[in-house]
Amino acid sequence: MASSATSITPNASFLREVEEASGQKISPCYQCVKCSNGCPVNFAMDFLPHQLLRMIQVGLKEKVLQSSTIWLCASCETCTTRCPNDIDLAGLMDILRQMAVREGVPLGQENILLFHTLFLSAIRARGRLYEVGLIGRYKLRSGAWLQDLALGWEMFRRGKLKLRPSTVQSQEQIRAIFARAAEKGQSTCLPRLNAPQRPGGSRETR
Amino acid sequence: MEFSYYPGCVLHSTAWEYDASLRAVCERLGIRLWELEDWNCCGATSAHSLNGELALLLPARNLVIAEQQGLDLLVPCAACYHRSKATAVLLATDPAARAKVEEVFEQPYEGRFQIRHLLEVLGEESTLQQLRERVQRPLTGLKAVSYYGCLLVRPPKVTGAANYEAPDSMDRILAVLGATPLPWSYKTDCCGGGLALTRPDVVERLVDRLCTMAQEAGAECIVTACPLCQSNLDLRQQQAAARFGRDYELPVFYLSELVALALDGPQMARWWGKHLVEPGKLLRAKGWE
Repeated sequence: MASSATSITPNASFLREVEEASGQKISPCYQCVKCSNGCPVNFAMDFLPHQLLRMIQVGLKEKVLQSSTIWLCASCETCTTRCPNDIDLAGLMDILRQMAVREGVPLGQENILLFHTLFLSAIRARGRLYEVGLIGRYKLRSGAWLQDLALGWEMFRRGKLKLRPSTVQSQEQIRAIFARAAEKGQSTCLPRLNAPQRPGGSRETR
Repeated sequence: MEFSYYPGCVLHSTAWEYDASLRAVCERLGIRLWELEDWNCCGATSAHSLNGELALLLPARNLVIAEQQGLDLLVPCAACYHRSKATAVLLATDPAARAKVEEVFEQPYEGRFQIRHLLEVLGEESTLQQLRERVQRPLTGLKAVSYYGCLLVRPPKVTGAANYEAPDSMDRILAVLGATPLPWSYKTDCCGGGLALTRPDVVERLVDRLCTMAQEAGAECIVTACPLCQSNLDLRQQQAAARFGRDYELPVFYLSELVALALDGPQMARWWGKHLVEPGKLLRAKGWE
């Protein structure tokens, strides 16, 4: 981590913030790197999971919340399972995503937030996922129209895409769930489910 | 045996053949399934990524319904299984979470039922014995790798999996069917799960790794028990092969499809037609189609 010439003045306030929000102790991490070695997505991340933990410890809040790492984590829970200090890294990534959204910082992987937002929007509307609708909306908003056209056609041809959505009957319960989730003062966030997303600003970083 | 059955959204659409083959297998084994009344989406990765309340309440609604139905809950999708089970564990250990659920749904919740995955049910000794007796078309000579993926086994605190780094329940089931499960080191490596739409490049790379290692192990096919694993490995396989210059062509079966095949299930051609890597060539070579 000491790759740049700039020096870092450690600041524990972000560490305290993350520990409180997650209910976890991050300070015991001693950089054994098991999390990063076992991470299936490590090749695509801007910071490796163990680096992110160190960055939290020393207070590099902006870098952590703007990293692509927190969005690319596939929640496979390999790190969580193997951490000798019992840090639930996958759960921590959720907390960091929510912090990043709440703080409104530029995101390391904007299109993944777009996907999650559209997914939850779809669940709020019907209580169940309508895949064709989600794929269509995601493509419209992300600008990734040309991606997977041939694959989409193959899936359609084979009848893999169900064209008629199904809906939960007790809509009032689904509404109650989402109302509860949107309440102020919750320790979590529900970003702009209906507000327009930043269009196209999601070119993937290879 | 009978269960409440929570198919989840994907088994009603892209994983239709998983639902159909699972129902066929249960019918053959005398396992009755009662679909969970008016079930909803578990919220999947999107809910726990963005909102802890949704991650709790969406699966909790299904659990409250399951408790009213009074049977153990069978969940075939690994992601739904994981979310449901994580929620059940939280409700069993956190009185505040339980009080919230009881308040929102205006129902008492005690969690007096088990959440089971298909793999657990088929892997029970009594079911294995039943399978041994009922196999009509032994899958002799079928070289397969068992692919468990992430969420059936991790984290063990939630799943209760004993052998979470090297599970073998699927291997044992395949062996009972007469197939040859091959050892390999990628049983629980991730396929990229929900990144399929947002970062297909990442998923292709993971799919390539899994297919390359399966091929190296000598496999003719990959067997899964998760609709996300199956769809990533099947739908992205040709793209991955083209991108990385490989020649693998590995049908990706649901475990239930192979069990049904061995039990001589009905209308299997409709299932095979849903696969992008078509199993027809392999099945014909074995004389099973």
